[in-house]
Amino acid sequence: MTRKQKRLAIIGGIGAIIALAMGLILTALRDKIVFFRSPTEVAEGKVRPGDSFRLGGLVLTGSVRKEEGQRVFFTVTDGAKEVKVQYTGLLPDLFREGQGVVTEGKLDGAGTFTATNVLAKHDENYMPREVADTLKKQGHWREDKPGGAKP
Amino acid sequence: MIVEIGHFALILAFVVSLFQAIVPVWGAVRHDGALVRLAPRAALLQFALVIVSFASLTNAYLNSDFSVANVFQNSHTLKPLIYKWSGVWGNHEGSMLLWVLILALFGAAVALFSRRLPDDMLGVTLAVQSMIAAAFMAFLIFTSNPFLRLANPPFEGRDLNPVLQDPGLAIHPPLLYLGYVGFSIVFSFAAAALILGRVDAAFARMVRPWTLVAWIALTLGIAMGSYWAYYELGWGGYWFWDPVENASLMPWLTGTALLHSAIVMEKREALKIWTILLAVITFSLSLLGTFLVRSGVLTSVHAFAVDPERGLFILFILILFIGGSFALFALRANAMRAGTLFSPVSREGALVFNNLFLSVAALAVFIGTLYPLLLEALTGAKISVGAPFFNLTAVPLMIPLFMAIPVGQKLAWKRGDLAGAMSRLWWVLALAVGAVAGVASIVSGGPAMALAGVALGLFLVLGALDELLERATRGGWERFFPRLFAIPRSNVAMALAHAGVGLMVLGISATAFEKEKVVSVKAGETITVGDYSLTLNGLTTQTGPNYNALVARFVLRDGTGVVAELNPAKRVYVGRQMPTSEVARHRAGLSEVYLAIGETSGGDRVDLRAYYKPYVLLIWLGPVLMAIGGLLSLSDRRLRVGVPRRARMGMPQGSPAE
Repeated sequence: MTRKQKRLAIIGGIGAIIALAMGLILTALRDKIVFFRSPTEVAEGKVRPGDSFRLGGLVLTGSVRKEEGQRVFFTVTDGAKEVKVQYTGLLPDLFREGQGVVTEGKLDGAGTFTATNVLAKHDENYMPREVADTLKKQGHWREDKPGGAKP
Repeated sequence: MIVEIGHFALILAFVVSLFQAIVPVWGAVRHDGALVRLAPRAALLQFALVIVSFASLTNAYLNSDFSVANVFQNSHTLKPLIYKWSGVWGNHEGSMLLWVLILALFGAAVALFSRRLPDDMLGVTLAVQSMIAAAFMAFLIFTSNPFLRLANPPFEGRDLNPVLQDPGLAIHPPLLYLGYVGFSIVFSFAAAALILGRVDAAFARMVRPWTLVAWIALTLGIAMGSYWAYYELGWGGYWFWDPVENASLMPWLTGTALLHSAIVMEKREALKIWTILLAVITFSLSLLGTFLVRSGVLTSVHAFAVDPERGLFILFILILFIGGSFALFALRANAMRAGTLFSPVSREGALVFNNLFLSVAALAVFIGTLYPLLLEALTGAKISVGAPFFNLTAVPLMIPLFMAIPVGQKLAWKRGDLAGAMSRLWWVLALAVGAVAGVASIVSGGPAMALAGVALGLFLVLGALDELLERATRGGWERFFPRLFAIPRSNVAMALAHAGVGLMVLGISATAFEKEKVVSVKAGETITVGDYSLTLNGLTTQTGPNYNALVARFVLRDGTGVVAELNPAKRVYVGRQMPTSEVARHRAGLSEVYLAIGETSGGDRVDLRAYYKPYVLLIWLGPVLMAIGGLLSLSDRRLRVGVPRRARMGMPQGSPAE
């Protein structure tokens, strides 16, 4: 191989790999990201049924109902609007009524959110930032005591 | 009193760090050797002072001194001793002090072990290291002081987050920080090389042991964190693509690239600019990780409740060091002569291939981690980028890299023989694929991707073994053992580390074959998981030192009889009234049965999540083997800490460029 060919081969190879990586990243950014929505945004019709998204807010006090086969029903609220959620499986340790929660799943035609995932937290003082922002927007935020957490 | 000594020692250490950051550089500029030679002593003094500071905070924790706000917020008299001790870094302020301790440790280690470095190189390196330490000590003292007293000391503390009350806390953060912060010294070397205009093969030799130390610690730290999450959080997962995990993965990816590119720089005087850039990027990513974890800008399970002031301070440090180093880099890049051009098919070509894929994978993780922040800042839209994103980007980018490992390690320097390398590897590949096909026909198939993954893992492990075998049988079998033991340690190290990658790939692929069952179980009821049966004998309560627990007593049976009693539990900690799950596991070889319980209903019913996880332990044994490879490489005589004399003679003494 001549010097010129070597250089071409190396630059071409590098270019191809970077192009491949950028292609993957852009595709994934288009298809694989999940939006975070508050119950108010859901009520405003920002989400179409069948779209996967994250729903966050507070678990409405008194709304948690458990059924056979580990099916759980509860309502997520941001103070203004509410969304009914159903989930099958074990709930995280820190799932409690009146506490912040983030769930991931899809809305069905009837407006019920079927969660595939209920997200856990390490710390009981910790409020997911999106939930805190949502509550602030709706005027239901109370300044909590600061808590320590994890390295 | 002891607490005040700690506080004072920290302030003194800060003053020393400022001295150490300025004087040696001044000495180097003025060609004053005496000033430059003050650096190692200052580094040792700084380290000693930080130790005093750290020890005094530890003392406050061990004695449950609740007049210290930090101890009050994170400790409890009933907490077992080991958690009082490891609780020192189970919070923001204490973990920052650990950060600073490790920064000072690396400075002191270089001062002690790199005596054979040229004086000015040593001095400037320690000065840069001390600039970082000074910035973080200022951060500690002015925004996150762990030594603040409370006016009215309470009788009882608020306890450590129960999730952190685990031996994992004693190991995971120190190892992770040793890795994270360890790259600071590599950064300091790079900055010194840029300042002094000495970017050459000797630089690669100097930084290699330090890069290795940091890399080994980071590898073990990440693996330990993953294992801890696996057994503590009760979801049975080992990696969640959480922003904070990504923050540790990014420097690992670029650090691994650095480890490989430094070899090219050392052997071939090529990739010099790139290697320096990687050293700068790797520590910049460590800083970025610190910022992400502590500023509260990201949603993460590793949440720190932090005020914005701290976030701004770290952002300032981040911009200062990243901006400064890139500016320095831009100033010097022209002065660095580009290295020799080389053939794409060669060992160095293979290492460039490695670097490219590791870098673009790091880029993918970087974009996935920061894109939500950028989008929210620009449009206000809140998104989450999770596993689906990374499974489509970083994971596929690793596959060609892994496939190339057995080939790359067979290629010779300068001019590799691809056909020759492949002639043996076809057999290895055939063996791997054949084994998978054989097993698949017995266990009646499985997901195609997972089977391909198993084949890839076997290819890596067998390829590494073949590398050693080939070296030992070069010239016949009769001198097999003498030849085997004569293989240079760094080659054995390489084979072990690459086999470790293979083991990890095997473990990850095997998760596709796991069996999961989420059911509600009644006392006396029996369920099956994989080839095991599981009977709930009953539920009992239990009182621990600082918690009350509900324990489910299960009996695990295989075809032959009882193999284990498993007692997953749900604990409620007294201090914070916070529930946690304690999983119960039964290990059989490298596989595990894993039980976690949820809530009870009706007194004798409990929600159960049961898994059979085949070969799951390989996920963490792989990285352990990688780290063992790293340690072996570190012990290679030819790469001992300190520059070989040959390199030193070739270098002009005490004359910084410009």
